[in-house]
Amino acid sequence: MSNANTLPEGKQEFNITVYTENQIGLLNRIAIIFTRRKINIDSLNTSPSEIDSIHRFNIVITETEDVVRKLARQIEKQVEVLKVYYHTNADVIWQEMALYKVPADVIAEKVAVERLLRENGARAVVIRKDYVVFETTGHREETDNLIKVLQPFGLIEFVRTARIAIIKDSEGFNRKLREFERREPGEDVIENEYLNQGDKVFTM
Amino acid sequence: MEVAQQEVLTAPEQQTAVELSGSAALLEALIVEGVDTIFGYPGGAIMPIYDALYDYKEKLNHILVRHEQGGIHAGQGYARTSGKVGVVFATSGPGATNLVTGLADAQIDSTPLVCITGQVFAHLLGTDAFQETDVINITTPVTKWNYQVTDANEIPEAIAKAFYIARTGRPGPVLIDITKNAQIQKFQFKGYTPCNHIRSYRPKPIVRHKYIEQAAQVINEAKKPFILWGQGVLLGNAEQEFKAFVEKSGIPAAWTIMGVGAIPTDHPQNVGMLGMHGNYGPNVLTNECDVLIAIGMRFDDRVTGRLDKYAKQAKVIHLDIDPAEIDKNVQTHVAVWGDCKETLPLLTKHIEAKQHTEWLAKFNDFTRKENEAVIDEELHPKVGEMTMGEVIEQLNQLTGGDAVIVTDVGQHQMVGCRYAKFNQTRSNVTSGGLGTMGFALPAAIGAKFGAQDRTVVAVIGDGGFQMTLQELGTIMQSGVDVKILILNNRFLGMVRQWQELFNERRYSFVDIQSPDFVQVAKGYGIAGQCIKEREALQPALQEMLNHKGSYLLEVFVTKENNVFPMVPQGCSVSEIRLK
Repeated sequence: MSNANTLPEGKQEFNITVYTENQIGLLNRIAIIFTRRKINIDSLNTSPSEIDSIHRFNIVITETEDVVRKLARQIEKQVEVLKVYYHTNADVIWQEMALYKVPADVIAEKVAVERLLRENGARAVVIRKDYVVFETTGHREETDNLIKVLQPFGLIEFVRTARIAIIKDSEGFNRKLREFERREPGEDVIENEYLNQGDKVFTM
Repeated sequence: MEVAQQEVLTAPEQQTAVELSGSAALLEALIVEGVDTIFGYPGGAIMPIYDALYDYKEKLNHILVRHEQGGIHAGQGYARTSGKVGVVFATSGPGATNLVTGLADAQIDSTPLVCITGQVFAHLLGTDAFQETDVINITTPVTKWNYQVTDANEIPEAIAKAFYIARTGRPGPVLIDITKNAQIQKFQFKGYTPCNHIRSYRPKPIVRHKYIEQAAQVINEAKKPFILWGQGVLLGNAEQEFKAFVEKSGIPAAWTIMGVGAIPTDHPQNVGMLGMHGNYGPNVLTNECDVLIAIGMRFDDRVTGRLDKYAKQAKVIHLDIDPAEIDKNVQTHVAVWGDCKETLPLLTKHIEAKQHTEWLAKFNDFTRKENEAVIDEELHPKVGEMTMGEVIEQLNQLTGGDAVIVTDVGQHQMVGCRYAKFNQTRSNVTSGGLGTMGFALPAAIGAKFGAQDRTVVAVIGDGGFQMTLQELGTIMQSGVDVKILILNNRFLGMVRQWQELFNERRYSFVDIQSPDFVQVAKGYGIAGQCIKEREALQPALQEMLNHKGSYLLEVFVTKENNVFPMVPQGCSVSEIRLK
């Protein structure tokens, strides 16, 4: 971990994995657990899990284990949260993805760029007359490196995802989750049919 | 709608769909949930629900409060005395935001509530429409769960989940925000089935017998064990189980203000109140016991004082239904997760019957010291102005400890909780965690609706009374019988006490003027009197209790009396001061 030496005593990066219902407002409910304790969320990713109606959050914070354990219990206490795990970086395999947009003419003219891209494990996602978009995945320092390389060649735009992490322990949650879904299947969400029917509804 | 037809609809097995409005479906749901009383205040965005309520007047008693904060405190009072879920209605925007204090209060004190707020039409959401506020986001940190309904079809399930979540596990407030179109919308109502399961929600942790056995072993080996109990005992309806545990173990037991009443005040093993203004013995001996058994309490900072000096010598056993409470403030030696209604009998079975006579006698020694230094003078002063303590003591004499005492927040609250006698459970209603001034008057109204056969006495300071005194109007209109006892010291007393002790008597804005409370009550058609002399106290209290209907008694008490003992903030519980 690159910044291990600069962290306050006892603190380190923790990866919090949260399995939840897909419910409006839950993101806020979970975020509040951190913000009310003035804890910064370093990285937050939410996405559907391998089970249809269950979502997975990946949250990264820098804290002591004692604080993280208490936070995990507070998160798990939320009605729509199924399960919470927390792990150190050593316990997970993690990746971030980055996209880099650079002018096409520079790429065409300067062969060095192509070599540098190869060296950095990047690949072209889009090639247009005016620009090229490259993608890399990796740890923060890896994606950061390519920014430094591309900056002199006129980097137009850069974006990076939140961290996603897979737990190293082979006893994953997938089997439990599938068994859980078999026993307690999710319900269909009722769509709000009124949001786009302003004219048809009486207004006071 | 005809009432006879409603009865058919409320049967859970009813599967034949009937066309109903969202509002009517909501009220049907409340009836099936056993709701008899609703506290609320109408407004534009909840008008369809109130319109439907007009047809349900015979089944649902609606109490029109004077402010939504009063409504939710009344709901809390109702829930606390009845053990049922309190129900509150409010309109959108300012109506809903006025609930926030009560929600926060109910959240921290684990009070089961279902609040229904009206919301603007769904198509207006996010347009800054008239009386629109983002109620879901405003109330998220102060609710156990909340949900916005935008379609009438969602109402039965949302209400069922709301009641289930509010009353199960560690109880708490739930808010359902219903847009106006959903209230009006007609849909096919297929009957109402209460909820008893939500897939992501586990109200009770699984009881682990291994930890019960470990806890029992630690208790059996203890020489100086000490029980601390909180509201969890009451919320779990585990008073009998708790009493059995206390009596078989022979262990002295002390209470938090939320737990008082689980066993009678006079029980020989009840050694008093914990915390900042608690009793001398329980505080000092917390730092002397060898095993601390915490039951349904959360080690609030007002109970523990300085955590780094709190019971460091003791092995801590913590019984709690909420896993997040374990190790939150105090590191546990053995954690017994679960509903204490289930865990206590298991623990009682495994412990040896004992009598800790010498250890209990040590508590009694401290009680004698405290009596000499503080209590005798506070409860039986011979000269000078009246004390708050003697008023409560006289009240004890007349009620015999059978009344429900509802206290506001401040010095009188600490005096009330310290000295009021309780023979029955669910008899003390106070704002424990949030410390909400203005709580008592509306909470007492609700408490009376929740315990209609009991005498309800609201003990309130002159400051707190002026925060919600408009609820005298609710008393007037509903005819509820609440005895209001104002202990007037012409100060915001607790702040003044701190200023005296810690701010060199710099009495910054605590000298509060009050109107003639008796005249104010008279304006609302409520009888009352004000007394300033000791001789008048007993007869006046008797007159208040004998009076048919509500009554306001104002008692002038010493201006600068302090509540002692006291653990100063930032001190250890064993540094408790008697003066």
